[in-house]
Amino acid sequence: MADKVIYAMYDDEQILLRGAEKLVEKGVKVKDVFSPFPIHGLDPVIGVKNTRLGIASFMFGCMGVSLALLGMYYFMIQDWPMNIGGKPSMALYMNIPSFIPVTFEFTVFCAAHGMALTYLLVNKTLPGMPARNPDPRTTDDKFVMELRASENHAWTPGELTAMLESTGAIELDQKDI
Amino acid sequence: MFTYTLVIIGAIFLGVDLVVNGFDGQRFWANLYTCGFFFFAISLGALFFIALQYVTESAWAVLIKRVFEGVMSFLPIGLAVILLVLVAGFFHGHHLFHWMNPDVYTVGHEDFDLIIANKTPYLGVGGDSWFFWLRTLVYTATFLIFLVLFRKWSLQEDQKGGLATHFKMYRRGALFLVFFSVFSTTLSWDWLMSIDTHWFSTLYGWYIFSGMWVSATIVTLMFVIYLKGKGYLPNVNENHIHDMGKWMFAISILWSYLWFSQFMLIWYSNIPEEVTYFLDRWENYKIPYMTMFFVNLLFPLLILMSRDAKRNNKFLIVTGLIILCGHFVDIFIVIMPGTMFGHWHFSFLEVGMFLLFAGIFVHTVLRTLAKAPLTPVNHPYLDEAIHFHQ
Repeated sequence: MADKVIYAMYDDEQILLRGAEKLVEKGVKVKDVFSPFPIHGLDPVIGVKNTRLGIASFMFGCMGVSLALLGMYYFMIQDWPMNIGGKPSMALYMNIPSFIPVTFEFTVFCAAHGMALTYLLVNKTLPGMPARNPDPRTTDDKFVMELRASENHAWTPGELTAMLESTGAIELDQKDI
Repeated sequence: MFTYTLVIIGAIFLGVDLVVNGFDGQRFWANLYTCGFFFFAISLGALFFIALQYVTESAWAVLIKRVFEGVMSFLPIGLAVILLVLVAGFFHGHHLFHWMNPDVYTVGHEDFDLIIANKTPYLGVGGDSWFFWLRTLVYTATFLIFLVLFRKWSLQEDQKGGLATHFKMYRRGALFLVFFSVFSTTLSWDWLMSIDTHWFSTLYGWYIFSGMWVSATIVTLMFVIYLKGKGYLPNVNENHIHDMGKWMFAISILWSYLWFSQFMLIWYSNIPEEVTYFLDRWENYKIPYMTMFFVNLLFPLLILMSRDAKRNNKFLIVTGLIILCGHFVDIFIVIMPGTMFGHWHFSFLEVGMFLLFAGIFVHTVLRTLAKAPLTPVNHPYLDEAIHFHQ
């Protein structure tokens, strides 16, 4: 499908934010913004949904709890019951306090690693993956707003470019994909 | 009106209890002490929190600063109740503190207790107890001085503006935290841990401190939601409430972590002189003690974990009140096993005393809140706080 991408570069995040507000007010759909740091208050303006990473993290945590308890139940009670510190090791519920520290650590381990991996996978930024930002300067001190012609049928690419320019963009670029 | 109703119901309950259960001096003093300490701890937690906000120069809490000042204004009354109970114990009005009995220090007496006698420089009776009273006085004086000064400077800022007051609060807040970090630990040894005189735990101070912190956070949040509902805090929105919810969540987990750390180490090592503390609680208080722990851990953990719950007033009120009750039960079971042993009740006296204190507490807080504008006028971070969002 032929589509036109319009990139507008800004040198200040406040100008970009106000520009985005103005464009969205007119009904323009902003596809994405590339920025070296999170811009406060931008998400609701350009319609970025709340992240679901927290839910994923909770599920990884639940997985950690279950795996840790299951593992220790098998190692310490089923397979090779051990008498440590004179504690009865006949049942999980009797030994549970001594299993809590390991369970806690394993939960944190699973939640943190699972969350980090999910984040990298969803953003396609695993180590070695090609960079997807349109301009390397967006990792330094510039900000880029991306519009798609296919999402903004009401305007021609030329009109969109003019609108972007009026919001204070310092550089404009177009690409066919 | 509401607070008077609470006080009256509390007083009626106390009267009913006299008829139903008869008078038991020890039980009365133990309950007075429980409620006195619980509400004192809420105020002290608020005082600590406000100092913390100044030291970290956080902006979000500026709009609810006055609510913290209101909550901490109960501190003198709470301190007075604690001092009353301590002094009454010293003159043998009751036997909450086993170490205040001179017989345990008398060699040859049937109550002679070598372990307590060896603690004489720290606790002791009569003239030997000067260090205990010195500490108690120092805590009282320090808390009162900082309480009065923080309030005074905060009101001064409204009048004068400029940055001078802000930096003064920053430095004095840091100074207070230094005192508080030591005193919060030692006061819980002196006033609570000494009830179980034979037993000691180094984590105890932190455990009590995290309990008071979470109670203070919840109470302040309840007042913020109440005042917001009445329209007195127009600039406070769900972002500020979200932050309070985060504190409630985080400190609840901290409290559970410390409670469990203390329990697990003692349970695991199984040393007789340490384990007695939990044996008492396990034998006589098993159901409330375990319920309290799981309520205080699981309610915040499961309900307050999601972002939407922390921005929803109804969720916060319900969860907050349940955890607050949980922490009251916590303080109750800190004090009761060493004073009432297995003969504890939970009857009209306990509920009545709680309602009585709650009434006086809410009344004091609301009266203080009415004395000053609820939104500070000249705080340098005011504008940032109004535009705070997350």
